[in-house]
Amino acid sequence: MSKLSFRFSRKYLAIPYAVFLLCFIIVPLLLIIYYAFTNGGGEFSLNNLNKFFTDPTKLNVLFVSLLIGFMNTAICLIIGYPLAYFLASKRYNINKIMVLLFIMPMWINFVLRTGATRDLLVWIGLGGGHYPILATMIGMAYNYLPFVILPLYTTMLKMDQSLIEAASDLGATPKQVFFKTVVPLSSPGIVSAATMVFMPTMSSYVISDVLSEGQIILFGNSIYLNFSQGQWNDGSFMAFVLLVIILVSMLFTKNVKKDEDARGSIW
Amino acid sequence: MKEPIIIELRNVSKVFGDMTAVDDINLAIKKGEFVTLLGPSGCGKSTTLRMIAGFDMPTQGQIFLNGEDITNLPPYQRPVNTVFQRYALFPYLDVYDNIAFGLKLKKIKEKVIDRHGQEVEVTRKLTQEEIDDKVTKALKMVDLEEFEWRDIATLSGGQQQRVAIARAIVNEPEILLLDEPLGALDLKMRQEMQLELKDMHKKLGITFIYVTHDQEEALTMSDTIVVMKDGMIQQIGSPVDVYNEPKNAFVADFIGESNIYNATYLGDKKVRFLGQVFTCVDDFEKNEKVDVVIRPEDIRLCPASEGMVVGKIISKIFKGVHYEYTMMVGKNEVIIQDTRDIPEMDKIGITIAPDMIHIMKKVITENIYLGHIDKNNNVCFANGVFEADITQLQQDSRVDEDGYLVDAKGLKYDLTDVDVQVSIDFNAIGIIDNEEDGEVAGEIVSIIYKGDHYKVIVRTSDEEDFVVDTEYSWNEHDRVSVYIAKKDIRLKLKGDIKDHVKA
Repeated sequence: MSKLSFRFSRKYLAIPYAVFLLCFIIVPLLLIIYYAFTNGGGEFSLNNLNKFFTDPTKLNVLFVSLLIGFMNTAICLIIGYPLAYFLASKRYNINKIMVLLFIMPMWINFVLRTGATRDLLVWIGLGGGHYPILATMIGMAYNYLPFVILPLYTTMLKMDQSLIEAASDLGATPKQVFFKTVVPLSSPGIVSAATMVFMPTMSSYVISDVLSEGQIILFGNSIYLNFSQGQWNDGSFMAFVLLVIILVSMLFTKNVKKDEDARGSIW
Repeated sequence: MKEPIIIELRNVSKVFGDMTAVDDINLAIKKGEFVTLLGPSGCGKSTTLRMIAGFDMPTQGQIFLNGEDITNLPPYQRPVNTVFQRYALFPYLDVYDNIAFGLKLKKIKEKVIDRHGQEVEVTRKLTQEEIDDKVTKALKMVDLEEFEWRDIATLSGGQQQRVAIARAIVNEPEILLLDEPLGALDLKMRQEMQLELKDMHKKLGITFIYVTHDQEEALTMSDTIVVMKDGMIQQIGSPVDVYNEPKNAFVADFIGESNIYNATYLGDKKVRFLGQVFTCVDDFEKNEKVDVVIRPEDIRLCPASEGMVVGKIISKIFKGVHYEYTMMVGKNEVIIQDTRDIPEMDKIGITIAPDMIHIMKKVITENIYLGHIDKNNNVCFANGVFEADITQLQQDSRVDEDGYLVDAKGLKYDLTDVDVQVSIDFNAIGIIDNEEDGEVAGEIVSIIYKGDHYKVIVRTSDEEDFVVDTEYSWNEHDRVSVYIAKKDIRLKLKGDIKDHVKA
């Protein structure tokens, strides 16, 4: 009989990740789908689907989440884009300390940061008790701004200066250079930034919960509520809806970024 | 017919930090000319172009276009367009939109009759049909018909280059600026494009300003060549002028192959180099030190008995149309191009016609020699061996016990037999009465009183001169020797020190 021998080959290096992938990504995903399409007794049913699309409260949560997601993305881009443009210009940002200053909030503990934001807003009279949407939006923008600045800043740093010179050479005024060259050139960064803000905003729940003092219920809050009340099937279906929205938005952004594979964006 | 001047640079300088890229240049370019700015990298040619385009503002001086000062005009207000080195095409637009980019922004003035029957001037944008028409014409010009809707990324380098040219000329600029546009193309493509560009220049009739470091490209295409070095213009002239009558040794060396020798003008149209006296056609001051340039194709090989100079052929290379021979005359190399296949012989002669000997004035501000470092880290030049401080070739370096140069990072350099340029101030050379006591012996060939000191020229048997400022008087024809202190010998590496890192 031949002796059993173990020959090491490179593919074995993938085993730890494969195990991780299986345990923490594939199995949970399947579990979500399983719970989303079964009833309490474990039988296949579309009951959750019916319940979700007929329950005005849940549809309202979806609508509010989408709205706040869009609004936050827009606000972050409006604030973050010029900022990133400014940071990427070598004339103003010689030693990159400015970039650090703007992404530093990411390094402070999230719960602490949100708690402090709430106290600050209450103190200046914009507390969630009176202005739930405003307070939530301020908190969201504050939290997600670094996620917009970073990808935009990196795209803008890599921008080919000779293209900007070429535009100007062809008769574009500084304003036209910005809209006809800088913006299109930074569109991969814009897409990256938007995806990094939109989905997490929709599913976040601590920020909206703390800052609106429980008045604004986002998708994340709602899922958490379902699970904490033992309604696993309803919660799972909502998680499934979120998953579908992510997939749709990915298909949508894929076209924009088709020639940007080399840039190594996270999607 | 004399064409008016379209663009003029007056005393223009550009300084980046502590680096002077362009140093007080004056240049006037005539309408319709094909002008090439030629020079090695870092000579300021691209910076000059960028200042004409408006991307860089001159630190000093003014730029005039058709007599109007445009020094402070931004690029988008200048009637010039640029073809960039790496094309700079917009990757998010297709070929059509790249070319139409400038047209879509353009506003034209037009005279129309308004409803009161009066003629008024209005500005309007180009219509879609006008743009279409111009883009199609431009594409035809660069031979890219039916490429309108192609993505930029799907085009080859040569095609992208054509799009870049079309994008510039479609705006009908008064001047087309081209910044080494063919640099990224392969040789065959480059030669093809050279002819096409030349053709295009003829058809369009506008002024082309072309930047390149390729002397052949410059000679092929230009009406006028501007040779630049260290931010300064060395010579302006037609290709024939620049080739046949180079103003100084740099131009001669940069444009075409040439033999350059130290020589002495003996007066009466006689010049001495390669140890012989030649008849020439130029007039210089008697006993003046000059540079002599002879093109390899202007030297004729002949039997030793008929030669003006006799030497030994050390190499022979077949170059297609001709053979290139390298001959040694004493310590000097002579490069000769001859169509005849001559066997390599120990003794062969050369003849040079008087009008092929180009003599150029030498401007001397310090003594400059070409030398090399020997294995003891001494510097050999002008027939002598001098002690020198080689640590000046690299910052914060020292010489280790094995004689290698070690820099601050611990990298070792082996500088044996490395060529260096040696420069020595006039007042750093000492003269000794005795031929044996100094490092190099020579004869005093000239002594001029300069008020408070004498300018003495000591010439070695190899026609190398030491120009010495001294307070002591000497006599012409004295045999003397010279010495130089170690600290006064300044060295500059010919090439990059990184090439000599010891493995």
